Amino acid sequence: MLTVQQVSQLFPQGDVLGWIFQIIFLGIFVVFMFYGQRIQMYIMIREVEGSLFKLKMMRDEGRKMAIAAINEIGKPQVDPTAQVDRFLEYFAITPVELDPAGIIWRLEHLLDVAETRFKDDVKLMAPQADETQINNLEMTLEVALFLNAIYKVIRHLYLLGKKTLSLYIIMQVQMILPLIMKEAEAHSSGLKAFQLGQPIGDGAGALVAAKLMRDYEKTKVEKDIVVAKVPIEGRTAYVLKAEGPGANVGKPGEAIKQVIEQNEGKISLAIVIDAAGKYEGEKTGEVAEGLGVAIGGEVDKYKVEETALKYKVPVNAIAIKEDIGDAISPMRKEIFDAVDSVIERIKRLIRERTKEGDFVIIAGVGNSIGIGQ
Amino acid sequence: MESSVSMARRISPFLLAILMITLVLSLASIYQGIDAYTKNDSVSGSLFLTMGVTTLIISTYLWFQTRHRMLKLSITIQPINTTVECQKCGFKNVREFQRGDYVFKHTEDQCPKCNEKTMAIGSIFREVKEKEKT
Repeated sequence: MLTVQQVSQLFPQGDVLGWIFQIIFLGIFVVFMFYGQRIQMYIMIREVEGSLFKLKMMRDEGRKMAIAAINEIGKPQVDPTAQVDRFLEYFAITPVELDPAGIIWRLEHLLDVAETRFKDDVKLMAPQADETQINNLEMTLEVALFLNAIYKVIRHLYLLGKKTLSLYIIMQVQMILPLIMKEAEAHSSGLKAFQLGQPIGDGAGALVAAKLMRDYEKTKVEKDIVVAKVPIEGRTAYVLKAEGPGANVGKPGEAIKQVIEQNEGKISLAIVIDAAGKYEGEKTGEVAEGLGVAIGGEVDKYKVEETALKYKVPVNAIAIKEDIGDAISPMRKEIFDAVDSVIERIKRLIRERTKEGDFVIIAGVGNSIGIGQ
Repeated sequence: MESSVSMARRISPFLLAILMITLVLSLASIYQGIDAYTKNDSVSGSLFLTMGVTTLIISTYLWFQTRHRMLKLSITIQPINTTVECQKCGFKNVREFQRGDYVFKHTEDQCPKCNEKTMAIGSIFREVKEKEKT
């Protein structure tokens, strides 16, 4: 037990400075004991608010860029602002997962409807735009839509956290915020690329295919996919990619399926090349080999897996490593330089895994924006 | 499109209040220090002055940091290069990207080396400076 004398020693007589310090320290102790968590929450709210402000700026910039691009390229008779605002609020409801049978086909139908709807809307907004420009405008609008959606979700959580003063709501936003900001910044820097039709990092696979099929005759198969018959190392390769130079990913899965079926399954090897997410510490443009279907879209991946299984076609994958920021922003030099090394790997794989006279498929997957063929 | 976060709300009143209190306390401390010096109490004078000046520096730094962070929020557009190559002699020319450029596009430019219209775009890329690399 403290005596009165001991307590009085804490506040020495005549020492003003000592008094001040003791009171300040006691004050800080009491404040942190009762309001420590609240102070921590306010700091988190401030952090989220700062990021939200940045997200709002990106969202506004995206909207502004989309409107400017439509006005510049599409030369509409009426102001497209209202149509753009309506576009930015679009949503799609994913198919029922409770009964998974046939979900792929339902998802494919939904994606097809969404794509047709988006394209039709862009055509209405920009009547003077050609096919390539329509694809680029559609992509610009989709990026703006994505930025708007991110902003709205974070704003919702921020306001909800502020309203309820719940540490856990604020905490979960604050914890995932660095990753969300990275993705938003990547999309934001990609806006200009889509508007101007510059190649993006995601197009690495398409670029490899474009380089292989450059001087050969191309035919259009499936939606927005071009294919060329290219002799490589004494074998015949069906090289395919999304049709460029407009922003296009096409339906590579359906195209690969068609090529396999047209050849009655007599395909010795299928190689799928795509950009892949890199781990921190890995270099951008690093190339790695593997097995399986390197396609992001689930529908396309499913179709290739099904057909490959039916005809027992071995599917190999080549990945060009890059992070999310590089995938959506203008293509980095390191990714461009990796293309030649990928071609060398393709040739080596063909030599090692097939015989002369065999047929192979080389699919360059990714967005063909800014990449011809 | 309505907004809920405005520019005016960027500097929080809470932070502003803390900065103001710290500023007043630091000025009071400096005054106390000068007062102690004039009364020949150099020990207290030095202590108060050190405390006051340090707090003043910290609060000013915090104020500038807050403003600096606000000004930094802008989207930077990186320069994109286009390499135009002659299909005949291999001559290469790197220039800034122009709208309408795409990889493998045949341009109407004449090759300065072999004087033929065989120029095509070989690559379009951005170069990331060393400090921006991950």
